[in-house]
Amino acid sequence: MTPMNWPVIYPELWLLVMACAVLLADLFSTDPQRKLTFWLTQFSIAVFALLHLQDYQAGVTAYGMGGMVVVDPMGRLLAVFAALSVMVTLGYARPTLESREMLKGEFFMLALFVLLGISVMCSANHFLVVYLGLELMSLSLYALCALRRDHAVSTEAAMKYFVLGALASGFLLYGLSMMYGATGSLEIPRVFEQIATGRINKDVLVFGLVFIVAGLAFKLGAAPFHMWVPDVYQGAPTAVTLLIGAAPKFAAFAITIRLLVEGLLGLAVDWQQMFIVLAVASLAVGNLAAIAQTNLKRMLAYSTIAQMGFIVLGLSPGVVSGNTLSAANAYSSSMFYLVAYVLTTLGTFGLIMFLSRQGFESEEIKDLAGLSQRSPWVAGVMTIFMFSLAGLPPMVGFFAKLAVIQALVTTNVTLYIVLAVAAVMFSLIGAFYYLRVVKVMWFDAPTVSVLSGRTQGVTALLALNGAAVLLFGPFSGGLMAMCRDAIVRALAS
Amino acid sequence: MGLLSIAIWLPIAFGTLLLALGRDQNAGVARALALAGAVLSFGVTIPLVTGFNATTAAMQFVEKMTWIERFNMHYHLGVDGLSVWFVPLTAFITVIVVLAAWQVIEERVAQYLGAFLILSGLMIGVFAALDGLLFYVFFEATLIPMYIIIGVWGGPNRVYAAFKFFLYTLLGSLLMLIALVYLYFKSGGSFDILTWHKLPLPLGAQTLLFFAFFAAFSVKVPMWPVHTWLPDAHVEAPTGGSVVLAAIMLKLGAYGFLRFSMPIAPDASREYDWVIIALSLIAVLYIGLVALVQQDMKKLVAYSSIAHMGFVTLGFFIFNPLGMAGGIVQMVSHGFVSAAMFLCIGVLYDRMHSREIASYGGVANTMPKFAAFAVLFAMANCGLPGTAGFVGEWMVILGAVQANFWIGALASTTLIFGAAYTLWMVKRVYFGDVANEHVKALTDINGREFLMLALLAAAVLWMGLHPKPFTDLMNVSVTELLRHVALSKIPA
Repeated sequence: MTPMNWPVIYPELWLLVMACAVLLADLFSTDPQRKLTFWLTQFSIAVFALLHLQDYQAGVTAYGMGGMVVVDPMGRLLAVFAALSVMVTLGYARPTLESREMLKGEFFMLALFVLLGISVMCSANHFLVVYLGLELMSLSLYALCALRRDHAVSTEAAMKYFVLGALASGFLLYGLSMMYGATGSLEIPRVFEQIATGRINKDVLVFGLVFIVAGLAFKLGAAPFHMWVPDVYQGAPTAVTLLIGAAPKFAAFAITIRLLVEGLLGLAVDWQQMFIVLAVASLAVGNLAAIAQTNLKRMLAYSTIAQMGFIVLGLSPGVVSGNTLSAANAYSSSMFYLVAYVLTTLGTFGLIMFLSRQGFESEEIKDLAGLSQRSPWVAGVMTIFMFSLAGLPPMVGFFAKLAVIQALVTTNVTLYIVLAVAAVMFSLIGAFYYLRVVKVMWFDAPTVSVLSGRTQGVTALLALNGAAVLLFGPFSGGLMAMCRDAIVRALAS
Repeated sequence: MGLLSIAIWLPIAFGTLLLALGRDQNAGVARALALAGAVLSFGVTIPLVTGFNATTAAMQFVEKMTWIERFNMHYHLGVDGLSVWFVPLTAFITVIVVLAAWQVIEERVAQYLGAFLILSGLMIGVFAALDGLLFYVFFEATLIPMYIIIGVWGGPNRVYAAFKFFLYTLLGSLLMLIALVYLYFKSGGSFDILTWHKLPLPLGAQTLLFFAFFAAFSVKVPMWPVHTWLPDAHVEAPTGGSVVLAAIMLKLGAYGFLRFSMPIAPDASREYDWVIIALSLIAVLYIGLVALVQQDMKKLVAYSSIAHMGFVTLGFFIFNPLGMAGGIVQMVSHGFVSAAMFLCIGVLYDRMHSREIASYGGVANTMPKFAAFAVLFAMANCGLPGTAGFVGEWMVILGAVQANFWIGALASTTLIFGAAYTLWMVKRVYFGDVANEHVKALTDINGREFLMLALLAAAVLWMGLHPKPFTDLMNVSVTELLRHVALSKIPA
């Protein structure tokens, strides 16, 4: 029995305490701008990120809570990324929420709980801990989604999210219980060992696996389990959309690695096949459906599905003809893709919030018309984001796609090379709708002449975000090395 | 920083600075800054030619730094005889474009000029890159400014043209990306183009690579039947856009054949040379005929560009020194001549707002100075001896006749078609009686327009009368490339 090893979960404990503190502090705050609450939240997350970062740099793998929790560089790194993206999300969200009178203490408290859930998932070493983290995150997100109580679309989105999310959790739980039944353990390393013995009935395992993969696909938003994504992205307040669309993807990636790679690598051949189907379906559905959208948030939702297709695709060539040589390469390409994707997503939704103002959501693509004449800087930044999502060099999105394609091609398996070609062709279709946004901003005449009320802080954040998307492309070496290192260590442990 | 780095990043730095200027109230500053940047950038490319050692086929002015370790990518630059001329050519054309925009572009001046300067740096990057991925990054990145240029400052149907341009080119280059990654894998994890040149590959793999590269470069050149984006893009683009498109961007594709297709897949190149030769001849013959019936001057010159580029690819794939050197000379000369042709149309369009041949007639009567230039460039376009257009065409025809009489014979019909469509246009636009009131009211070119046309005229005549410096620099590299292509890379 591993000892409790409390220092392992200090960051989570800190966040839990601070979430309560933020809620209490907010009770005594009468400030409509919620300055105290906002900065206290940011401070808590910053400290949380620093704690994780410190351990990440130490680079050790440690177990805690009697082996239920593992901290390794991958988990730490994903938690740091998630923390940073929540910080950025809150930065973008504050002025928008304020102008809509939604800037309440609950928002910050729930955001902290979302992050806590993500962090728990990142360091889970046990099926139940995975589920615990997942529910903590999801329930907070359902509540956030329904924050705009008097808004029909928003409420509908919250309902849909809740029902489908609960279904997905059910799937996952069912799959996990099958695994437990077959292997007699809930601990991920024990399950791995049991499967490696080869004495377990494969039918039960694969049966359970199907449910686990379905549950994960729900959480990742991969087709054909993508139905909730467009409605929720469109319906939720943009600040919440960003909270759903950015940080939780790190958690979904983390549990995918924890469950499927660390736990069920022995079944890789089976789940890789499912992943290929998920990837191709996501690329097709996401890219084709996005073309028809007129609502920017909905288009970005479909684009997310397509982007998830790439991430899932990157996870599929880990085990090739029985050996795991390409695993580190494949999984780290996915992880890098994820980081690049979240970085860009933060920017795009942040920009939508930036452009919206009192009583006017800048949600339709046509609302961007002539943006380059109204504010060339903002249009320039959005152009960078769009080209990054389309995968054009020198933006970070290109290098992310390159990493995945490289992982596929270097397997030297015809199937994967064909998949690489297919992925690339789908991104050509994708380029069309991203280009259309650029077209609306640059080629069309402005229809709205009023400038949005702007905040210096958000402008700076946007500029920074744009610069990051542009510069993390050519200078992505360090980030790629970090992802690779984290994955290599996770595989080794 | 080496010379090549400066040649790439100086215009990009100026371009970024221009974008930062933003609004139109300081348009004057933007123009001055852009001109300074363009001239300076051209200045730094001159030592590349004067300091070039023509006795070796090795890469010169090489710079190499580790870029992204995980993929073993390098920031690797260098030029040889095949690419050295295109660096100053690109910078020179950018100067011309800035001059051409001076009074013409009134809206969003800083952005327009900034886009062109950035584009210039990126295109120089394509010619100088020796790392496959660096090449790809520059090659693709050029699409972004050009898309914006066509879409923002273009004609009435600009959105369609911009999309068509972008998606067509992207389709081709994405296939090339797969080829690059495949080569990376095959070479044991290297993106170095020179390593790829030495990499032995079976014919099957070579064939796949050859056609993947073919997809990217044939769209860019463009070759028949994937040329249809070009007339649209040319017609809708602003004058500067057409100039850069014709003078430089098309060369990126032709250059790709020299740097990638032929040395990396020599056996497949020889095996499938007939595909390229056939498509090139179709470009020369059929597109020549298409050009003949155009009503729109820009379209006519666009089709003429396709026909001339057909000559370039023909010259490359007949595999003899005359043909290949002729092809490269043709690339450079077409850079000057097509730029000049589009500028002439731009000069007329600025005054009359029409590109229809039928709206003109007798322009020589009201614009004598301009007509003199225009006729000179038209002569160069149909390959009159003494002009730049002649040298390349003549070399390619000679090379083609050496390889196969009938190919040469078919190719030489370009002299007839080229003369026919160009001179007929000249006759209808410049000569004859003054056609209407608008033509009567035309004013001759001003000092700025005179300057830009004179610069190009000087280049056209210099190249036509004294082509030796051009061919001297490339000879060794051409011979070396042909020697390389003649050797089989199929592992025994």
